Amino acid sequence: MATTHQRSLARFMMAPSVGMLLLWMIVPLGMTLWFSFQNYNLLMPGMQKFIGLSNYKYFLSDPGFWTSLINTLEMVAGVLAVSVVGGIIFALLIDQPIFGQGYVRILMIAPFFIMPTVSALVWKNMFMNPVNGLFAQISHALGLQPIDWLAQHPLLSVTLIVSWQWLPFATLILLTSLQSLDREQAEAAEMDGASALARFRYLTLPHMGRAITVVILIETIFLLSVFAEILVTTNGGPGYQTTTLTYLVYSQALLQFDVGGASAGGIVAVVLANIVAIFLMRMIGKTLD
Amino acid sequence: MNLRVLLGASVICALSVPAFAETTLTIATVNNGDMIRMQKLTSDFTAKHPDIKLNWVTLEENILRQRVTTDIATKGGQYDVVTIGNYEVPIWAKQNWLLPLDNMPADYDAKDILPAVSKALTVNNKLYAAPFYGESAMVMYRTDLAKKAGVNIPEQPTWTQIFTAAKAMTDKSNGVYGICLRGKAGWGENIAFLTAMANSYGAAWFDMNWKPEFDKPEWKAALTDYVSALTKYGPPGASSNGFNENLALFQQGKCGIWIDSTVGAGFVTDPKESKVADNVGFAQFPNKEGVNNHGNWLWSWNLAIPASTKKAKAATEFVAWATSKEYTDLVAKQQGWRAAPPGTRTSLYNNANYQKAAPFAKLTLQSIDAVTPDQPSVQKTPYTGSQFVSIPEFQAIGTAVGQQFSAAVAGQLKLDQVLQSAQSLTTREMTKAGYIK
Repeated sequence: MATTHQRSLARFMMAPSVGMLLLWMIVPLGMTLWFSFQNYNLLMPGMQKFIGLSNYKYFLSDPGFWTSLINTLEMVAGVLAVSVVGGIIFALLIDQPIFGQGYVRILMIAPFFIMPTVSALVWKNMFMNPVNGLFAQISHALGLQPIDWLAQHPLLSVTLIVSWQWLPFATLILLTSLQSLDREQAEAAEMDGASALARFRYLTLPHMGRAITVVILIETIFLLSVFAEILVTTNGGPGYQTTTLTYLVYSQALLQFDVGGASAGGIVAVVLANIVAIFLMRMIGKTLD
Repeated sequence: MNLRVLLGASVICALSVPAFAETTLTIATVNNGDMIRMQKLTSDFTAKHPDIKLNWVTLEENILRQRVTTDIATKGGQYDVVTIGNYEVPIWAKQNWLLPLDNMPADYDAKDILPAVSKALTVNNKLYAAPFYGESAMVMYRTDLAKKAGVNIPEQPTWTQIFTAAKAMTDKSNGVYGICLRGKAGWGENIAFLTAMANSYGAAWFDMNWKPEFDKPEWKAALTDYVSALTKYGPPGASSNGFNENLALFQQGKCGIWIDSTVGAGFVTDPKESKVADNVGFAQFPNKEGVNNHGNWLWSWNLAIPASTKKAKAATEFVAWATSKEYTDLVAKQQGWRAAPPGTRTSLYNNANYQKAAPFAKLTLQSIDAVTPDQPSVQKTPYTGSQFVSIPEFQAIGTAVGQQFSAAVAGQLKLDQVLQSAQSLTTREMTKAGYIK
């Protein structure tokens, strides 16, 4: 048990690093807030002045804003669905004793270690390209008209690419949880005559509950900021079909050089991300008791 | 004793180095073939200027633009020489971000620069950037396919002739598409082409009160033809094809007609890279019947010196070297005349060796000479610029409008819808920027 004296000494010694961390967080946030109230465009020097909430007004009334918000949520939900459902299936499959299990597991996890830009390029040019891509070749071989993925189903394509990257992550976490399942319990259930489905429904799934929550939480945090895949494959288009909030902020900042507008967008994105996080916590945080 | 002398001598040497300090120039450039070639040939420059060292920052076009713009706008002073387009030069010069090229060497011969190019880089009678290579746009087509299809493309075609030919050349079952055009969104991608095409239809971006004109029939006509040609005769996935993608398709023999930058001509006629090198014909950028305007495309990649540099003298020497006649000769000597940077100097086009090596030389020169950036459309416009509008806001607006147009090519949005949202988003941005009161 620490004495009061020891505790205040500890606080005193921690103060510098806590202060640093706080500054680290507060200074950029403060600057972003400050810029978001300024008319500040890099291409027009000398025009900088305070304009109140105009940047927010323009950002929230941007023709792409609502679409981008919906796109962001759709993409996150899509990837989560694929990686959780797919992750459970894959985890169950590679948990089985099969030949070359070690290698299969390594191969399974491999996509997660590929850089987002690289995987996006590979998917765009080698799989989804309607003239030279693998999918087009398969369609031709089957006598079908190839699908122009990135033009006809842009958001679905991006969701697929991102899912492909995050599925291994989910599989890995879920597999670990699966391996901690008590084998004796499963055997007992089997001997009592529970079907495979019932065993999965009442034994395996509840056991994996916590791992699923972890997957959903961690992936949501990263998926809200997906950017490279969109930049490489569709550039947010066609139209606003794959513009997410992150991409919208990027286009304000680096395509239009509108520092004020982009800062306002950044603040809006932070607020929205927090709202999403609160809902998530409320909805699934309960399983983390 | 000897050792001591040696030590002493080396100390003196070390101390005296700052006196002959080398200047290190940081040069930002774009990763296009011609610039990469320039980097390989710099030993010629460093041999002549032993006191100057070069440090290259080579980037893809969009990234280069972002880096250079942010650096120059915030007066970062990271670069001593930057590679920028003729869109940026006049805008940046007016903001005093660039140094005028006043002190070029006496033998530089600035008068030799093609008039159209030099005019685009001149502000208040001062040259603010030196052109490295320049381009206009033209029609490149497969002579063998045209012959097989029984169509003829004259040297000055109209759009109707182009679309008729494209239709005749299309043979989708064999993977041959009649026409390849830019569909990828971006002010430097599909908007470059579409602005030129719209100009040739008599359309303009803004009327004299800076009100956008997407609600006018000329834009609708241009866009209707563009979308229908691409959907009927174009390759699949046209909405994500830019210059490089179309170049690859043409080189593989998948396109009948390709209308794009004149720089492409050097690549499609190169037997090492192009399967169809022997069967390429050239024609001028088309016009619409009754509209006397051939699109007006003018682009050049130029070397300029940011005002924030502290090494202006060395930078000027480098710019002069890289854009000089001697550099062209150097390239020709090492890699043949066809590799010479095109579109900047009259002397190159008067050179018999170049004319022989480059079958597209005559038409390239004609196209560049014919551009009229001061008068991009047959209508009166408040702006200058050829396949762009020379205002700082254009990058943002062009890219946003380009997104809409690429959605039309992808079949995601109806044409009227696209024109309407282009009109409203342009009006919005122009109001925000204070052009429309």
